[in-house]
Amino acid sequence: MKRYAYFPGCSAETVSASYHLSAVEAGTRLGVEFEEIEDWNCCGATPYTNIDELLAHALCARNLAIAEREHLDVVAPCSACFKNLYHTNACLRAEPDLADHMNYALEADALRFDGTIAVRHLIHVFVEDVGLEAVRRKVTHPLTGVRVAPYYGCQLVRPDRHDGYDAAAPRYFEDLLAATGATPVDYPYRLRCCGASLMIANRPAALAMVRDLLRSAVQAQADVIATTCPLCQLNLEAYQGDVNREFGTEYRVPVLYFTQLMGLAMGIGRKKLGIGRELIPPTKVLECVARKAAAAEAPKTAEVSHP
Amino acid sequence: MPAATYHTLSFAEEISNEMYATGTRGLNCCIQCATCSAACPAVAFMDHTPRRLIGMINAGLRDDVLNSNTFWTCASCYSCSEHCPKGIRPSELMYALKRYSIWKNRYRADLVGPEFSRLFVKTIMRTGKSYEPGYAPAFIFEGGLRGMLREMRFGMKLLAKGRIPLLPSRIMRVESFRRMLSRIVPLDGIA
Repeated sequence: MKRYAYFPGCSAETVSASYHLSAVEAGTRLGVEFEEIEDWNCCGATPYTNIDELLAHALCARNLAIAEREHLDVVAPCSACFKNLYHTNACLRAEPDLADHMNYALEADALRFDGTIAVRHLIHVFVEDVGLEAVRRKVTHPLTGVRVAPYYGCQLVRPDRHDGYDAAAPRYFEDLLAATGATPVDYPYRLRCCGASLMIANRPAALAMVRDLLRSAVQAQADVIATTCPLCQLNLEAYQGDVNREFGTEYRVPVLYFTQLMGLAMGIGRKKLGIGRELIPPTKVLECVARKAAAAEAPKTAEVSHP
Repeated sequence: MPAATYHTLSFAEEISNEMYATGTRGLNCCIQCATCSAACPAVAFMDHTPRRLIGMINAGLRDDVLNSNTFWTCASCYSCSEHCPKGIRPSELMYALKRYSIWKNRYRADLVGPEFSRLFVKTIMRTGKSYEPGYAPAFIFEGGLRGMLREMRFGMKLLAKGRIPLLPSRIMRVESFRRMLSRIVPLDGIA
């Protein structure tokens, strides 16, 4: 059983509870244990850096220091949390003066940063640590014929990660989806930003950015968009109505977390994966899973041959 | 050359200093190739492209830069930083300009970003966690009562699916968390 210090992020408690549920379920099925970081705090998102860099680092340093006590690598399911925690970890390791400054602050909470652990994104844990072969072996309800747009988003692949991994042309999301039996579509906008907090700060800009992503997915004939980040999920799904009103379009593309697709393919029940909380039901995906389940339950009338 | 001249920082140097901690290359090595502008997904909504803004900073056009909406239109996607051939991180520049404009209290009155950032930071200072409904005042600021109603309708959809928190959540050790932050920003009663 691989163990990690799990950083749910603020959205996991409500707006993206289904991501949290499905991540833990999929992890359990694959022999990964996520131990929630005790008394974790917000990563600061982007607004903290808008106000003060040191404050932004302090928020992340506290979470890292708590995880360090347990000697566990940190896993974040949210791309923004991942980017922030990863960035602070890298900056504090590279600059002893900055680390000293943070440690002076952390002392007030009886904590200390020593830079002994790594920060990972949830999808990297599944792809790199668990491995695609292990995922493939657990698939009981392959998502055959379901066309999925692998939406990496931006912060998941951004330049602060300098550990020899391809940020410009990644393929691991496509590979992971293929391991679930789904068909990853060629999604040209897969690395484009969803607008993130511009949905608050500059609504017209964010809606145009979401429109571009939806259009690209529809052109690629995707049945569903798979995301790795709660903010991407919210922007892409919940604002489709606004996009349609603004631009006269008629998009209705379901947006699921990649862990929900993994969970369905591994035969985990819908409810356990938080499915049912969507604003746009992922009909095509659920039909496929239902077909597989019915086929498995039907009395075997003919032997299926496996060449 | 006079033996001793008092050197006042130029605007470009001031801004470069704000970016010092981020480890980016200086703005003075910009070759105006516009890769940053081409890589930006929000560029259509900026009054000056990122390339142009860097040129304006290097030319010392302080007022024009501070009157621009460009940096508050940045979504922090880091696409520009990923692609800059000179190793400048324009996304860090945008953060630096946001901080600079807040410190100097010099930003356009029609921008939501500064107020939203303040609200967000205050919320975390108070509870240690983010709370979406707490940012509602930013919407009133943006769209007046109509904006607020629009957001409430939107909120109800999510509420029906159990995706909106009714009460703010808070961390357990809020007191020591605040003491920690007050060692960074030495203010009493910051929350």
